[in-house]
Amino acid sequence: MSLHERPSAASVGEAIPHESAALHVTGHALYTDDLGVRLQNLLHAWPVGSPHAHARVTGLDTGAALAVPGVVRVLTAADVPGVNDAGVKGDEPLFPTVAMYHGHPVAWVLADSEDAARLGAAAVQVGYEPLPSVITVREAIAAEAFQGAQSTLARGDVTVGFEQAAHVFTGEFDIGGQEHFYLETNAALAHVDEAGQVFIQSSTQHPTETQEITAHVLGLPSSAVTVQCLRMGGGFGGKEMQPHGYAAVAALGATLTGRPVRLRLNRTLDMTQTGKRHPFHAAWKAGFDADGRFTALEVTLTSDGGWSLDLSEPVMARALCHLDNAYFIPHVHARGRIARTNKTSQTAFRGFGGPQGMLVTEDILGRVAPLLGLDAHELRQRNFYQPGEATPYGQPVRHAERMHDLWAQLLERSDFRERQAEVASFNAAHPHRKRGLSVTPVKFGISFNFTAYNQAGALVHVYKDGSVLINHGGTEMGQGLHTKMMQVAATALGVPLSSVRLAPTRTDKVPNTSATAASSGADLNGGAVKDACDQIRANLAAVAAGTLGVHPDDVRFEAGRVFPLGHPERGLDWKTLVHDAYHLRTQLWAAGFYRTPGLHWDRVAMQGEPFKYFSYGASVTEVEVDGFTGAYRVRRADLLHDVGDSLSPLIDLGQVEGGYVQGLGWLTLEELRWDESDGPNRGRLQTQSASTYKLPSFSELPEQFNVGLLERATESGVVYGSKAVGEPPLMLAISAREALREACAAFGPPGRITPLNSPATPEAVYWALDAARTARPAEVPGD
Amino acid sequence: MQRVNLTVNGQPGEVPAGAHTNLLNHLRAQGLTGCKEGCAEGECGACAVLIARDDGQGGTRWDSVNACLVTLAAVDGAQVVTAEGLGSPAALHPAQRELAVRGGSQCGYCTPGFVVSMAAEYLRPDRVDGQHGAANGFDLHSLSGNLCRCTGYRPIADAAYALGTPDAADPLAARRDQPAPSPRPTALNAPDGEFHRPATLADALNLLAAHPDAKVLSGGTDWGVEVNLRHARAAVTVAVDHLPELRVFEERADSLLLGAGHSLSELERRLDGRVPLLAGWFPQFASRLIRNSATLGGNLGTASPIGDSPPALLALDASVRLVGPDGAREVPLADYFTGYRQTVRQPGELIAAVRIPLPLSPLTAFHKIAKRRFDDISSVAVGYALDVRGGVVTRARIGLGGVAATPLRAHDTEAALEGQPWTEATVRAAARLLGQTGTPLSDHRASAAYRAAMLEQSLLKLWFESQSAEQEVGA
Repeated sequence: MSLHERPSAASVGEAIPHESAALHVTGHALYTDDLGVRLQNLLHAWPVGSPHAHARVTGLDTGAALAVPGVVRVLTAADVPGVNDAGVKGDEPLFPTVAMYHGHPVAWVLADSEDAARLGAAAVQVGYEPLPSVITVREAIAAEAFQGAQSTLARGDVTVGFEQAAHVFTGEFDIGGQEHFYLETNAALAHVDEAGQVFIQSSTQHPTETQEITAHVLGLPSSAVTVQCLRMGGGFGGKEMQPHGYAAVAALGATLTGRPVRLRLNRTLDMTQTGKRHPFHAAWKAGFDADGRFTALEVTLTSDGGWSLDLSEPVMARALCHLDNAYFIPHVHARGRIARTNKTSQTAFRGFGGPQGMLVTEDILGRVAPLLGLDAHELRQRNFYQPGEATPYGQPVRHAERMHDLWAQLLERSDFRERQAEVASFNAAHPHRKRGLSVTPVKFGISFNFTAYNQAGALVHVYKDGSVLINHGGTEMGQGLHTKMMQVAATALGVPLSSVRLAPTRTDKVPNTSATAASSGADLNGGAVKDACDQIRANLAAVAAGTLGVHPDDVRFEAGRVFPLGHPERGLDWKTLVHDAYHLRTQLWAAGFYRTPGLHWDRVAMQGEPFKYFSYGASVTEVEVDGFTGAYRVRRADLLHDVGDSLSPLIDLGQVEGGYVQGLGWLTLEELRWDESDGPNRGRLQTQSASTYKLPSFSELPEQFNVGLLERATESGVVYGSKAVGEPPLMLAISAREALREACAAFGPPGRITPLNSPATPEAVYWALDAARTARPAEVPGD
Repeated sequence: MQRVNLTVNGQPGEVPAGAHTNLLNHLRAQGLTGCKEGCAEGECGACAVLIARDDGQGGTRWDSVNACLVTLAAVDGAQVVTAEGLGSPAALHPAQRELAVRGGSQCGYCTPGFVVSMAAEYLRPDRVDGQHGAANGFDLHSLSGNLCRCTGYRPIADAAYALGTPDAADPLAARRDQPAPSPRPTALNAPDGEFHRPATLADALNLLAAHPDAKVLSGGTDWGVEVNLRHARAAVTVAVDHLPELRVFEERADSLLLGAGHSLSELERRLDGRVPLLAGWFPQFASRLIRNSATLGGNLGTASPIGDSPPALLALDASVRLVGPDGAREVPLADYFTGYRQTVRQPGELIAAVRIPLPLSPLTAFHKIAKRRFDDISSVAVGYALDVRGGVVTRARIGLGGVAATPLRAHDTEAALEGQPWTEATVRAAARLLGQTGTPLSDHRASAAYRAAMLEQSLLKLWFESQSAEQEVGA
């Protein structure tokens, strides 16, 4: 069978709860910091943070800190035996000589209690020489403060495209960042094993890189450092790069003191120190023909990378590769550059630049539709890719017809046209409240743009009693990867799910893993788990073939029974076969490996086929806005999303719903504010807590929430015909933002542009509707 | 280190406590790591636990509270239940089972806190089918103090609505018929400070006289944040919310006297809609988890310009009853605030009660402007109480928060309304005045321009909604 085909009675495709659900609900599931309380002689770490956004460290006196009762040691740059850097680009000193942002840790205090460590940190005397700082993207653009490579994605000739245009528009757009706000903050726990081996438990999406960076900080080979991740209390990309330095500090402390070291950021520290979704600035020029079809798009994207490069380059690559979203744009010239600012180092966040790229184009379409005299949904649909067309980076848009089918299905099942009429009559009857209804598409490329990351490993053991233990390189952050991997193993071996146990992710079991990121966890690790299982099953089939008197190809494995093709009654059970196979000296465990075939990417030319396939989705959102305050609520959301043939429908439904609400938070509610003044707190994050940075709560749950998975959507070439699901649904929330724009526009005369800031907070919505309300009717619709 | 008594999941014990040890850290140190720290300021609910409280009728209520904001010494003698105590993987509690099978947990970190908040609502004695628009009477607002970053909440709501009623064998349900543990006098002299829970008001006043800088604790939802996030420490802490003199509740002909030590949830239940302005205000005050701890006295004691109670109480013309070594005095709330977080309360004095004069004005509203619809801090808040007789405004009281260093009465706007016909022209003129009241600032919550606009819009909204059936979108 090929990779995508499913056997009968498969465990994949069953709607089952998360494998740890019973542990979650009873409080028995353990997270990194829950392990520390179980250790004796534990040390606690606390940082000494810079009070300046940018300052040279001129002196560091630890004497007073060491006098605090309970303080054991203060870690500084002088303690680092290896490389003093926490990143992969060489621009993230673990103990900096120049503080690059407000709160940047310049030293770490170790003490017998967290309380003592905090008092010790407050007692460390640090001399600073403040330096000029850059806080906003616009300041960085003015100062030409950029970092990393600048990239250009181009197709055709935009000059020609604009000449062909009947309408040309220009604009600028600022897109806000987003704090991950995983409920579990960054945490690491390190101790020194026998023979100087370092063992680290870390809340990390990328155990291999945590291992490598700890090893280079300690001056050890990777083989001397083991990283384990039981599970994370949420990641969303925020634990792809950020955990490394914390693991390295804990490990350094453990090697220097011989005691286990616990490092856990509280919420304030996590928010002030760790990177977030990149804010973006876009300057654009778009041309449309008389029918509203794109003729050309010219864009300059500037992301706010913060103080170090981190993942800003690949984030920008993905942003550029998603400007097109679901639309064919014949002539494109898109430039990307990364601002260097004195803020946290912005990093991966669910969607990884894709949301920002997509939002630029969706914002353009939402703005200009009234000037083109078209309903926004009609304008969007007219520009969809047709089968046979290719993206601006040269990749054919596989299954372009799925977008058309999915769109039509969604409009139908959400009663879109009837509700448009209802909204119009409601708005006509209510001067102080307006509703908006909008539909937007998502097309999202799956695979790491960085081709080498598209590989994975797994280790599967079958024990003599028939029980199965699987290990793979992916990490569990709530997305249900482990549940899916157990279903894949049960399916591939033809055993009940209850026979399969999954052991925590560890670098000494499966080495050289990629980050669990880019939505690729199930595709890659699923391929590797299946490969390992297939090897074991082949070994067992050879044994069973002898017993059953058939060719090995004709042995079937199903629900714990092994039998000849067509004769389920003539079989033996799995346990018996495993027992017999052991005594025949058969290998009952295997290492599996998977590499995504068919990918190539020239990151300088920005051309190639970086994605294995595209995920499709669309959403309809209806909102109601209060004209007095700008407050709003989401009355109804209808989502339809393509996950291929789902590996685990309850898990996938959760990813789609959760992604939408998280996207809704980014686009409407969550607002990061830094002190941009020239005062003494310049560069300080003002929204550094749950009381000032608001994420969606129950009140943001759409009052009606209808979510469907596209049916009969087999994706050939992916494990059991499934598709990735982690990131794409986040962008379904763009329809909520567009619905808010439509509601704001309804306060004023038709045929006008209604700009809307992002995030569309009640204040932003108020200013948008107030501008519409006080606008005079457009004199001439069009440009 | 000194010790206090605490019964956790049915196991009594004598446990070590400092003056600043919180219940969350204590539980975790005991290995009950299902109790999580997500924010350490009562915003996320990951640390929620059940605590046994007097239900006012000789029985026990199981209240959900944020363990991160509970000073361990302040619950000396208490009975607490965590997610681990509700059920086990082999024997799930109904709230645990419904969450688990419906996909209500993804990363699982917030989940024990949701389980606890759901269990509290499951065990609510007055939950009746059909309440709150739910077949099983489950009030989804009881979960508004719990944050989940993964699920988007739909499966959690479904789990909540799938809950039945506790059966006879449910030990926590049965426990409701027994008396709750009484607050006991506590005196702790720990290395990190002294902590007192005095037996009587006299003892409390003596302690305050001896320690004028003592931190007065009444609910502790503000102090807990200072301790956890800013590492604040007090040499002496005195808890007062249990004192009988602070727990009066009197309905007189001319006024209501509300003891300052009641939790907001208790007041909400005891008033039961008696004051419509407050009935609309309670749900907008933080979350159920916070309202189960926070007190009116605490909110007025911290005297924040963005506290939620002053705008409502100013509109109600309330006064504050202060008790001190020289006896009691009453101060109109309008005269209570003297500067940024400054009041007329002297160091030796306590806020005993709030008096609301009767009769109540018939036209009232509380408008809270914030980023999030529930459980957010206001950018601007406005309380209204108006008498309109024969088409003329005979009396207007307007309380404001978030537009100056202190909460304010909008005297000019009140004057512009009183004696005028209740018409759009009057309202528009008064609204322009209201929009110029105070000195609003721009900060991370809102711009000064938006705050000023919201003052003006607020009065227009009040007027238009009083003229039509249009419901407020945020309600």
